[in-house]
Amino acid sequence: MTSARLSTLASLRGHIERLEASNEAHALQRIALGHAGADAMLKGGLAKAAVHEVFAEGHQGASATGFIAGLAGRLAARKPLVWVRQDFSEIESGALSMSGLSELGLDPRLLVTVRAADIDNALRTTADALACDALGAVIMEVWGESKQLDLVASRKLTLASQSSGVPALLLRLAATPLPSTAETRWIVRAAHSPPGASWSTWGAPLFDAQLVRNRHGPVGRWIMEWKCDECLFSEPSYPQPVAATPAHRPDQAATGAKQRLAG
Amino acid sequence: MERALTRIASDDAIRPPPQAGEVKKELPSVVVIKQHNALVIHSLDDTAARSGLSIGLPLANARAICPELTVYDADEAADAKTLNDIADWCDRFTPLVALDQPYGLFLDITGCAHLFGGERAMLQIVCGALTRRGFAVSGAIASTSVCARTLTRHSSGRSIEDGAEAEAVAPLPISALGADDAITKGLRRAGLKTIGDVAARARHEIAARFGAAFTTRLEHALGQGDAPISPRKPLPDYIVEKRFPEPITTEPVIAMMLQSLAKMLVQAMDKQGKGARKLEAGFFRTDGAVRTLAVETGRAVTKPEVIDRLFRERLDALSDPLDPGFGFDLIRLSAGRTEIVVQQQRDLNAHVHDNDELAALIDRIAARIGGKRVVVHLPEDTHIPERAVLAAPAQHHLAATSQAAWPARTEGEPPLRPLRLFERPEPIKVPFATVPDGPPHHFTWRRATHQVVRVEGPERIAMEWWQRDGKVLTRDYFRVEDEQGLRFWIFRDGLYENELIDEDGKPVPANWFVHGLFA
Repeated sequence: MTSARLSTLASLRGHIERLEASNEAHALQRIALGHAGADAMLKGGLAKAAVHEVFAEGHQGASATGFIAGLAGRLAARKPLVWVRQDFSEIESGALSMSGLSELGLDPRLLVTVRAADIDNALRTTADALACDALGAVIMEVWGESKQLDLVASRKLTLASQSSGVPALLLRLAATPLPSTAETRWIVRAAHSPPGASWSTWGAPLFDAQLVRNRHGPVGRWIMEWKCDECLFSEPSYPQPVAATPAHRPDQAATGAKQRLAG
Repeated sequence: MERALTRIASDDAIRPPPQAGEVKKELPSVVVIKQHNALVIHSLDDTAARSGLSIGLPLANARAICPELTVYDADEAADAKTLNDIADWCDRFTPLVALDQPYGLFLDITGCAHLFGGERAMLQIVCGALTRRGFAVSGAIASTSVCARTLTRHSSGRSIEDGAEAEAVAPLPISALGADDAITKGLRRAGLKTIGDVAARARHEIAARFGAAFTTRLEHALGQGDAPISPRKPLPDYIVEKRFPEPITTEPVIAMMLQSLAKMLVQAMDKQGKGARKLEAGFFRTDGAVRTLAVETGRAVTKPEVIDRLFRERLDALSDPLDPGFGFDLIRLSAGRTEIVVQQQRDLNAHVHDNDELAALIDRIAARIGGKRVVVHLPEDTHIPERAVLAAPAQHHLAATSQAAWPARTEGEPPLRPLRLFERPEPIKVPFATVPDGPPHHFTWRRATHQVVRVEGPERIAMEWWQRDGKVLTRDYFRVEDEQGLRFWIFRDGLYENELIDEDGKPVPANWFVHGLFA
């Protein structure tokens, strides 16, 4: 082999290595969710430079929103968030409430909301926002099925996310999962509060999160609790009932429930 | 200060174009308008004027003089629009164009005339171009707007030097001043036929008989004092433009020109340390149509690439794309609002830099989908949940959000407020509550029935009675969870035995609403 050909080969190899390395550098960054079981499946946590999808049925919209807000809170790490929302989604499942968001432990000051009139605008804006590496995460919320969200669109988002290292989170309400280039895909439902009397206190937000796609590992299903104070997911903190409580014990001690102020 | 006035008889603009083969020239035509229940001539063409018709003549008389008259109805709205379009076109000569309703325009050409080869040449260009389009034009240049207007009422194409106004208007008839009919007639009866005659009398005599407004007008016409004109658009801080001898039509060339204009604009602003907050690009077509595109930014722009990118986004997103027609012969870029930019050395504080990048991103998105669609959130001082947040345009309020004080959350407590809030609370069907003041046992929302298994509340929120008149009901909010684990924020509108009673004191059923959903 002549030296010219050798050097060409070497330069090509170098080129390919650089291409791959640039992708890998961001891809290696994983952020732990806090839930031990899920983190183990995800090999340490959610990849930062990737697309993650959260699906939910129409009436489970609020739970899925809470879950994706949690993911964004973990991934963004106190950097600004851009939330791209279709107009129709706001009518159907309600506007995002800032006081609700701050109750979840996220900072409303870091949120910029983009109200896109249609899905084309939403996609374009999301891709634009993903190119800006000052952001912590970009969330795109879409209601219903859509033809435009195909493999090409999701590939574009993935590439944009990989080149900047900004995670893209897709919230798909009232939609069924279709093939895409997402790193992970979740189906989220609301989970019950800890068992107790009907007047006893609620716990923290609880999600029944099902991981239905994981590009680099197995899938699973967990009950996750969002800890508003620490801003992380965890295993449900309430004690699992192991035995029936004795009948003669006083009521208060039996449930261990405390009542909190209403307002 | 020199001003040109163009008077346009707009009848030609609303007349339909002559059909092919039709002999139009011999037939006089007029436009009529209804005044005091009679049709009178509003405007007329040369043939009609030669037949002895005049503006203000009743149509019946006109028909008697000239039976073969063609009559058109006046359309004042279309006239006003035409005048506006002409004013748009006139923007290419000077940024200061004022309307003089119903058919006049003032152009402040101070410092502009040399660009078109002097005042006379400029007047010829303006009048010639409008005449070619079929308008009857009369124009004049004088140092005061009233003087120029007086001149155009008599003859076209005059340009008066500074100080020569009194001489120029003196021989003109009184009617050229455009005062009320009563004043014109009164002066004529007094034997004062020309403006010179009136000017020769002592002012106080004229003022005593015809009012101070008339003498002021007379003084302005004579060049003593000036009435200011009110331009249609505020004067931009910076303007750069390019004229093309050969009109440009293709997109890449237009983009290239915008790019070089952006560079010129930034250079001009840079000398004075300014940055643009509002930019406007004007595209002047050879056929007279003008299209303007405006872009606003959250921070002062000082880089040509940023300007270029913003306009590319804006052009990309146009619902009706830029139509070059036969080409643009002038493109103008102006900075409508500028502010002083403090050039500061960047330190290694990444946070400052991040904010800049976010502002630039917001500007780009706003340029494409509109500034009102990109919002940040500011807290409002109220207990009413749906009004607790103000969504403000991100471009202008990004700095304010970072200082916003949101109510702190209580440590260790699950959320008290829902994550998704309906702008309008949605009504739900509640068959009965467990106790009258209590939460419902089950309810129907969006055609699905939910069994209540967990309840917290009530949390009572009273409406702001001092803000509104009339009866406003207090709300009792409950946080409830159904058998699936879905969590709702529902409320009963009104208090039992206090607010929920009719005039006879009998209880009325309460309305229930779902206001939000918890995660």
